[in-house]
Amino acid sequence: MALVLNEEQRSLQDTAKDFLSKQASIASLRKLRDEHDPIGYDPDIWKQMTEMGWASVILPEAYGGLEFGFLGLGVVLEESGRTLTASPLFASAVVGASAVLLGGSEQQKQALLPEIASGDLTLALALEESHHHKPKHIQTTAKMQSNNFVLNGSKVFVLDGHSADKLIVVARSNGAASDSAGLTLLLVDRNSKGISCHRTIMADSRNAANIIFENVIVPSRDILGAVDEGWSVLEPVLDRGRVAIAAEMMGCALEAFERTVVYLKDREQFGVKIGSFQALQHRAAHMQSELELCRSVLMQALSTVDDAPEQLPLLASLAKARLNTLVKLVTNEAVQMHGGIGVTDDLEIGFFLKRARVAMQVFGDTGFHKDRYAALCGY
Amino acid sequence: MEDLDKFGLEVRDWLETNCPASQRQPMGPEDQYWGGRRGTFPSEDAKIWFERMRDKGWTVPEWPTKYGGGGLSPQQAKVLKSEMKRIHARTPLYGLGIWMLGPAVLEYGTDEQKQQHIHAIINAQTRWAQGYSEPGAGSDLASLQCKAEDMGDHFLVNGTKIWTTAGDKCDWIFCLVRTDPNVKKQEGISFLLIDMDDAGVTTSPIALISGESEFCQTFFDNVKVPKENLLGELNKGWSVAKALLVHERKLMAEIGSDSPRHILQPNVAAREYLEFENGKIMDARLRDDLVEYDMLMQAVALTHFRTFEEKSNGVRSAAPMVMKYVGTEAEKTKSELLLAIMGSRGIGWEGDGFTPQEIDTARLWATSKVMTIAGGSSEIQLNLIAQKVLELPQR
Repeated sequence: MALVLNEEQRSLQDTAKDFLSKQASIASLRKLRDEHDPIGYDPDIWKQMTEMGWASVILPEAYGGLEFGFLGLGVVLEESGRTLTASPLFASAVVGASAVLLGGSEQQKQALLPEIASGDLTLALALEESHHHKPKHIQTTAKMQSNNFVLNGSKVFVLDGHSADKLIVVARSNGAASDSAGLTLLLVDRNSKGISCHRTIMADSRNAANIIFENVIVPSRDILGAVDEGWSVLEPVLDRGRVAIAAEMMGCALEAFERTVVYLKDREQFGVKIGSFQALQHRAAHMQSELELCRSVLMQALSTVDDAPEQLPLLASLAKARLNTLVKLVTNEAVQMHGGIGVTDDLEIGFFLKRARVAMQVFGDTGFHKDRYAALCGY
Repeated sequence: MEDLDKFGLEVRDWLETNCPASQRQPMGPEDQYWGGRRGTFPSEDAKIWFERMRDKGWTVPEWPTKYGGGGLSPQQAKVLKSEMKRIHARTPLYGLGIWMLGPAVLEYGTDEQKQQHIHAIINAQTRWAQGYSEPGAGSDLASLQCKAEDMGDHFLVNGTKIWTTAGDKCDWIFCLVRTDPNVKKQEGISFLLIDMDDAGVTTSPIALISGESEFCQTFFDNVKVPKENLLGELNKGWSVAKALLVHERKLMAEIGSDSPRHILQPNVAAREYLEFENGKIMDARLRDDLVEYDMLMQAVALTHFRTFEEKSNGVRSAAPMVMKYVGTEAEKTKSELLLAIMGSRGIGWEGDGFTPQEIDTARLWATSKVMTIAGGSSEIQLNLIAQKVLELPQR
């Protein structure tokens, strides 16, 4: 377990900071938004990110990965949270890759992981079926017919769902609506017959989609993990995703906070810098304290993925809940402390506010994770 | 590294042979030995344990051997600490002498002062009190008025100090006193060592809302203090006090490393005082408060570990600056949560209508209000974070 970065990780952080701030700043996201970009991210930037190895940070060397682990991934995600960079990094290189890594057969790993690492293949997880995160509550069905599965159902809030090459679909092959048993993960081309994909435009200008499956035929060789036992893969994949998005949220919170502190030192009212007002100083100092607590939680959660996976459920829920709370506090205060200019579209601070709200909903809101943490603690 | 490993094994052997079994048990406040003229050992084993550790110099492992310290390097001291922790060995001697005054004397003292005070601290002959706050100088400490006038061969001290912890049990007090009233307030303060048996020194305990009186007020009425009791330069006491704060924070953190016994945790109290259904606390509001608290405490604990790791790796962060604020606020939250969980059984004050644990809980709740006031209130901590970490403009 490590709560400080090593030299390798610090160097990766410097590279990420340098590249993202120059090549993929918030101005790029604004441009994608204003031009109604059909993909929603810049493929050239993504190509460069994969060339630097960012899509293979967590992959074992055997599959062309860097094997830097989650602390390494964390620094890249945190920097991308500062710049709000839209890319398939989270949906494909973290969530998709983890599903293949944890659930895939050796053959699937050999075939898919190097492709994910190079960026030539992008994945998206089609999980949610309602407007709240309920990962066991799956009504999309996968029915066996001769040697194939037939998929029927509809999914919402599929991150990168309209741009990914393949979808990992969580479907019910057995059991009742809320059972964890009876789930199966199926890998399917997004352009398969019977799939209709509707891109949804979210507050953060990032990518998501609603997807309907109508009698989609999936060969049985294209399942990830065992039939009916998808939960044993899905849960750790979600936990990895929760920790990863928490890292991104840390960057989002830090950047919004730091920009606000700069503003407090610059803006003058009543003939003085507004940062000299104790009413604002105490709120800023409180946020600094919350940032410090979240930093420790995040580092521990990232280390836990690699070093103590049996503790991951607890740490992932701790990290997601605490970071949800942090990013909500900080982005709200950032807008408030900027005053009138804070609610203009010209100022970038609003982008952090909007991204925060979407990220908070990804893989469980604060209430979901508090409930899960309490259950894991036995009360 | 090999030498350090070897040292570790020696320490382990020595502790195995010398630390009595009873001194490896979780402890309460009544098991602590604070030394001093009026100090008594809580048990015969505590005496044996203290004497053995004292003879090794290991009550103050990093102090120089010539004054009776252990002469260990910081790395060796860390090894000793972790070996003690491994077997839950108790801290053999507590006191502000070890934590605060000793390091200050070693840094600022004359040879005579070192000879006089360091031995006495190590041998537990002197128990030290701290005289900083005054009735009119709390958060605004630098406005202190207790004065020491230069009378040629001695200082004449008049005034009062408040919140002197265990002042009625201490032998000496280190005080911040005003030696120049005509300059900027921080620049007219000196650091003076005063024998509490001197004529004109009186102490009276202060009854707190918790029912305890661990703090005292100390009065100085024409007390004659020898010139050689000035620590550091005249009118430079503020810098000595600031340097001392560093030692205070460092060592206060270590007190927590002793294994405390029977402190009721909210999640344990929940099992006893709340109704469960299907493994879940039925009261959704209390369940939510409890999980919020448990998450907060895990975050605080991880931050403690992080500051430790950062220190060992030479990494600087703002984490140590926020610990007093978050830690003491969390303690208050805990006490309020316990009261909420225990309902009317959490507010018993005395008598046989309540279990001792229930009464302790109510008393600790009242005590928890001290934490966010003493040692720099939460508001002062937030000011410090705003100034030192965020470097926000000052008015």
